[in-house]
Amino acid sequence: MTATAPVAERPAKEPKQPKRQQRFNEGTGRLAAMLLSPTMLVLGLVVLFPIISALRESLYTSGTKLDENGFIVKGSTFVGLQNYTDIFKGEIGDRFWNAFYNTTFFTVICVVLETVLGVVMALIMHKAFKGRGVVRASILVPWAIPTVISALLWKWIFQADGIANDLLGTQILWSTEGWQSKMSVILADTWKTAPFIGLLVLAGLQTIPAEVYEAAKVDGASVWKTFTRITLPLVKPALLVAVLFRILDTLRIFDLPFVLVGPHKDSVETLSMLAYDEAFNTRYGPAAAYATVLFVYVAVVAYAFVKILGADVIGEARAKKPGGGGKGRRKKREIEEAPGVAMGAAAGGGGV
Amino acid sequence: MRFERSHTRKAAVVAVASSLVLLASACGGGDDGGSSNGGGSAGALEGRGPITLASGKDTSGNLQNQLNAWNASHPNEKVELKELPEDADAQRQQMVQNAQANSDAYSVLVMDVVWTSEFAANQWITQIPEDKVPDLGKLIPATVETAKYRDKLYGVPITSDGGLLYYRKDLLTKAGITDAPKTWADMVAACQKVQALPEAKGMGCYSGQFEKYEGLTVNFAEAVNSAGGSIVDKDGKPSVNTPEAKAGLDELVNGFKTGAIPKAAITYKEEESRRAFQEGKLVFLRNWPYVYAKAAATDGTSKVAGKFGVAPLPGKDGPGVSSLGGHDYAIASSAKNKATAIDFINFMASEARQKANIEKTSQAPTWASLYDDAALNKQFPYLAPLKASIEKAQPRPRVVKYGDVTAAIQQAAYDALNGKVAPDKALADLQTKLQSLITQ
Repeated sequence: MTATAPVAERPAKEPKQPKRQQRFNEGTGRLAAMLLSPTMLVLGLVVLFPIISALRESLYTSGTKLDENGFIVKGSTFVGLQNYTDIFKGEIGDRFWNAFYNTTFFTVICVVLETVLGVVMALIMHKAFKGRGVVRASILVPWAIPTVISALLWKWIFQADGIANDLLGTQILWSTEGWQSKMSVILADTWKTAPFIGLLVLAGLQTIPAEVYEAAKVDGASVWKTFTRITLPLVKPALLVAVLFRILDTLRIFDLPFVLVGPHKDSVETLSMLAYDEAFNTRYGPAAAYATVLFVYVAVVAYAFVKILGADVIGEARAKKPGGGGKGRRKKREIEEAPGVAMGAAAGGGGV
Repeated sequence: MRFERSHTRKAAVVAVASSLVLLASACGGGDDGGSSNGGGSAGALEGRGPITLASGKDTSGNLQNQLNAWNASHPNEKVELKELPEDADAQRQQMVQNAQANSDAYSVLVMDVVWTSEFAANQWITQIPEDKVPDLGKLIPATVETAKYRDKLYGVPITSDGGLLYYRKDLLTKAGITDAPKTWADMVAACQKVQALPEAKGMGCYSGQFEKYEGLTVNFAEAVNSAGGSIVDKDGKPSVNTPEAKAGLDELVNGFKTGAIPKAAITYKEEESRRAFQEGKLVFLRNWPYVYAKAAATDGTSKVAGKFGVAPLPGKDGPGVSSLGGHDYAIASSAKNKATAIDFINFMASEARQKANIEKTSQAPTWASLYDDAALNKQFPYLAPLKASIEKAQPRPRVVKYGDVTAAIQQAAYDALNGKVAPDKALADLQTKLQSLITQ
C-alpha cells in the first residue's frame, strides 16, 4: 500500500513532467503494441482460435439424422449444452466416470512411482563414480523412445507367450480386462517417464552448492537427514515443475493404453480415448465436449497443484525476495500492477 | 507505463478480434462446403483427365505396376497413386478428412468393404449406375453386395477375402480322419482324437481372432451366420437376439469354457493366431488366405510346412459362413474427371488385371472364373476352398454407423467370451444397442 502512494502524489507535485512522460509512453506503447501484434496474432491463431473453435464446436451436433433416401442430413444444429449434459447421463455417463476414474488413477499412481524412481535415478546419476556416463545414458534411453514405439515394445513383452510370462512363470493374459492391463500401462508409463523426472531433478541437484553438504557433514548429520533437510528442500522447485509436467501429461494419457492394451477396454479407457472415439466416428460436437471437459479438469488440477504446493512454474522465485512468504507474493502482484514503482516497492520490501 | 499496458491490451483485443474473424470465415467456409457437396448422389460421371488413386500402403509392391499398365495406354488420363498409411483406421480418417474438406485430391478411393454405407450415406462417394460397370455380372455376387448401399451401387469390388480353416493334415491322418471337418461337432470330435495322440499332447484345438478389435466382429459374425442367424437382417434391422445367433455365440463361449479354444486366444489377432498355428500349438485355425504362404514357408520359420491343409470354415449343421474382407474401388464425390475414374475402375476390375494381380500378390480376386483357372490353382492351392468360402460369405453389418456398431458387437462378444456376461444377456443388450444405433 505504501509503495503505491508516490505514484498518486507525483502528478500533483510535478504537473508538467508526467504529461511529457505520458506522450513518450504513448509513443513507446504504440510501438510496443505494433511490435507485439505479430506475436499476439500468432498466439491468437495457434492458441485462442483452436480453443474458441472447440468450444463453439461443442455446442453443435451434426450428421445424426438420415433423410428418406438414406442420406445424412447436412449441416450442423445448435444444441446448446446438450453435448455436455449427455456426457453425464446413463450409459454414456458410466463410461465417462469409468474413464475419469482410470485417468485419475493412472495419474496418481504413475506420478507417485515416477517421482520416487526419478529422484532415485537423479541421485544415482549425480554421484561421481566410474562409468557414470554409461549409467546416465542408459537411464535416459526410455525417455528418448517415442511413446507409441515403447507401447509396442511392451505389448510384445506382455504377449500371451511373451517375455513377461516366461520370466514370471505365469500365464497372465495382460491385455485382457482387469488389474493386469492397468498394471501393464502403469509399468510401461513409469519405465518411460521416470527418467524425465530424473533428468529435471538432476538439473536441480547440480545447482546445490557442495559447501552445504560439507557443512552438514561437519555437523554430523546422517545421510537421511541430509537428504530430507538439504537435498529435498533445495531441489523442490525443480521437482515440483517436473511433477506438474508429468501430471498434466498423464491426465492426457492416450497412446500408451491405446496401443498397449487397445481401444474400448473398460480397464484402461481414459478421457482422451473417449474424445478420440467420438471424433473417429465423426461426431465432432461430443468429441469437442469431451475435450473441453478434459481441458477444464487438467486446468483445475494444475491450478490446485500450483496453489497448494506453490510450484514455481514461471520463475516467480527469482522476482520474489527470499523469506517474503505470503507478503512477498502479494507485493509481487502490486509490482505487476504498478510497474512504474517496481523499484521502490522492491526496496521497501527489502526493508520489511 | 500504464498506457503501455493498455495499448498492449488493445493489441491483444485486435489479435483476438482478427482470430474471431478468421474463425467466422472458416465456419462459413465449412457450411458452404457442406451444402455444395450434395451433388454426390447423382451419378453423373463426367470429365476426363488425370486422376488419383488413394490407397492404403501397398505392401505387395504391385499396385504401381497395375497403374503403369493403365498409364501406358491413357497418356492424357494418368492415374497417380496417393499412398495412405498401412493402418485401415488411419486410411479411413484421411479419406473422411478429404471428403469433409471437399477436396479433389483423391479421385478413386480404395475402401475397406465395411465403409461403404457410411461413405454413401454421407455422400462422400458417388453412386455408380450399374450399366457403367459392364463386367459386374462376372464378379462374385457376394463381393458386389459389399459395394451397395440401399440397393444402389457405390463401388466395384477389386479384391476379396474370406476366412479359411487351416488344419493339421498330418495329425488328422494319423488319427484316422481323412476329410476336414464340415461342422463344429466334427471339428471337436476330430480334435479329441488328435489330442489323444502322443505327439499332439498339450495342443490347443481351435482358434480364430478373439482380441477386442475388428477381428472379433469378423469371428462373431461368422459364428452367428454359420449357425443360421444374422446380426442385421435383410431389411437392415438388428436381429441378433435369436436362438440361432445364441447358438453361434454359445459355440465360441463353450469353446473357451471347455478349453477347446486356448485361453490365450482371447488376446489373438491375425498374427498371434498365425504364430500359434505355425509353432504347432493348434490343430485348427481360422484365418485369412495370406497365412498360407507363411505357414508353407520352408525356410524354417514354420514348423507346419507341408503338414497342413485348407478347407472352408465349418458351421453348426454344415459348412460355415465366412465374413467378407477385401476392398472396393469408389469414386469420391468431390473428385474431378469422374468419367476417367469409372473407366479406370473397370480396367482394374477386368479379368486380365485381376489375374495379373493375384499372380504377383496372392490377393484374392473378385472375378469368379479366375478361381477355376488351372494354373492359378496350382500356384495357390487354397483357391478352391477360398472360392467356396467367398461365394457363401456374408458381409459384416452394412450400417451407416459402422464404427459404433462394430464397437458394440465387440463389447458384447468380448464380455460373453470372458464369462463376464451370460451369452443371452449379451445378445439382448447388443440388440437394444444396435436398435438405437441403426434406427436413427
